[in-house]
Amino acid sequence: MNQPFYVAPEQLMKDRADYARKGIARGRALVAVQYNDGIVVVAENTSNTLRKVSEIYDRIGFAGVGKYNEFDQLRRFGVRNADVRGYQYSRDDVEARSLANEYAQILGQTFTHDVKPYEVEILLAEVGVDQASDQLFHIMYDGTLMDERGLSVLGGDAESISERLRNSWKPDDDLGTAVKKCVSALSGPDRVLHAGDLEVAVLRRGEDRRCFQRFDDAEVAKLQE
Amino acid sequence: MVVPFFDLENDPGSNFTSLLRKVGLDPFSYAHSGDGQSLQAPHGTTVLAVRYNDGVVMAGDRRATMGSRIANREMEKVVAADRHSGVAISGTAGVAMDMIRIFQLQLEHFEKLDGRPISLEGKANQLSQLVRANLSGAMQGLAVVPIFAGYDLLRSTGRLWDFDVTGGRYEEREFVATGSGGGPASTVLKVGFRPGMNADEAINLACRALWEAADVDSATGGPDVLRSIYPVVATITVDGWERCEDNDLATRFESLVQQQRSQREGTTS
Repeated sequence: MNQPFYVAPEQLMKDRADYARKGIARGRALVAVQYNDGIVVVAENTSNTLRKVSEIYDRIGFAGVGKYNEFDQLRRFGVRNADVRGYQYSRDDVEARSLANEYAQILGQTFTHDVKPYEVEILLAEVGVDQASDQLFHIMYDGTLMDERGLSVLGGDAESISERLRNSWKPDDDLGTAVKKCVSALSGPDRVLHAGDLEVAVLRRGEDRRCFQRFDDAEVAKLQE
Repeated sequence: MVVPFFDLENDPGSNFTSLLRKVGLDPFSYAHSGDGQSLQAPHGTTVLAVRYNDGVVMAGDRRATMGSRIANREMEKVVAADRHSGVAISGTAGVAMDMIRIFQLQLEHFEKLDGRPISLEGKANQLSQLVRANLSGAMQGLAVVPIFAGYDLLRSTGRLWDFDVTGGRYEEREFVATGSGGGPASTVLKVGFRPGMNADEAINLACRALWEAADVDSATGGPDVLRSIYPVVATITVDGWERCEDNDLATRFESLVQQQRSQREGTTS
């Protein structure tokens, strides 16, 4: 029987991480920030049908970058999990934290045990009763779970986008201002992003039930004015 | 119970009921079978729907009865299923309320997974499958008979359906009423219905039908002025589900009473 060559675990993990990072860097980035009335997610996405940002439950939104089929599978898992939990207990018992933990478990397990890691990064956002109780969970391809404050950047070139955004963003911006800041952070100094290149959705604070709202191109263009 | 990460072979798709079955939470499995006649469970009563020029009106009284006892005075048997449709239920209250909850979740679940709402006809079909799934419950006396109505965005019109206990689904053109007071309510609707009514006329007609049903059927509750409990009346149009305010209903029932009083005085004097 053939023995496989010995590969040091450090090397193995590093190779997998490199592989996943490369896959994620190929796609376009997205950002999420708090604004005065909730959380807004702005993604660079030219497709009008294949979504990066979507609704999980009343106060919870999902966003993914990287390989579409992989983060969409994770999104479906999230919707199912939330709906069954809400049915079995109550709508108040569905929260982002436990779902974020489940995502971290799935991504971590796959990263260490499977042949191919997920080439995705995902964001789980939950809008609370006030800004202090808003939550942004950023989950990496290897299952690393980060609880972020105020803003979150996912995908290729995250560092420079995040730097641009941190310099301009304020938590009490209104929606239009927040969207404009997000778009200019995503585009950088050399590009201009139009409504058709963007996907914008919000989790609006204070709605009775479903806080998630997606904007169409015309509405996005209006927000950018 | 944990929702697993389904592989392709076991994936339940966008259907919430199949998902519940996959995770061992079948809502329509009855552990005991037996004679349902001996089972005393609260029942809901008169519900109805009427078409008018901009959509449909749905209405239902608030009473739930257990035998001859009033079990609940403010039960809501007419609820929004989603933004553009509503469901009204008469029958065993407990089963009915759970069926409404599953139906609402099913519509929301599909909408979230597939990124678009189910067509109106598709929603009616889903409801008929839920009613059918409860057939063994119906055999034990736990029957649930819903009405489904909504605004069809593809065809720009209001539409309504009634069902039988086996899940049979029948689209009606003008109006429908079910429950123990469904008979008198239907008669009022039949006599008062005119094609192309506006919202105001349709709401008045629905109120009148509930009033007459409560007048002859003890299991149907009339407007309860003392406790300010009024029937649930809602319109569904292109702008979505909108429930009538209690103040508005109070005025409508007040003028209904006035009208009947003056008719009575007219006959005696």
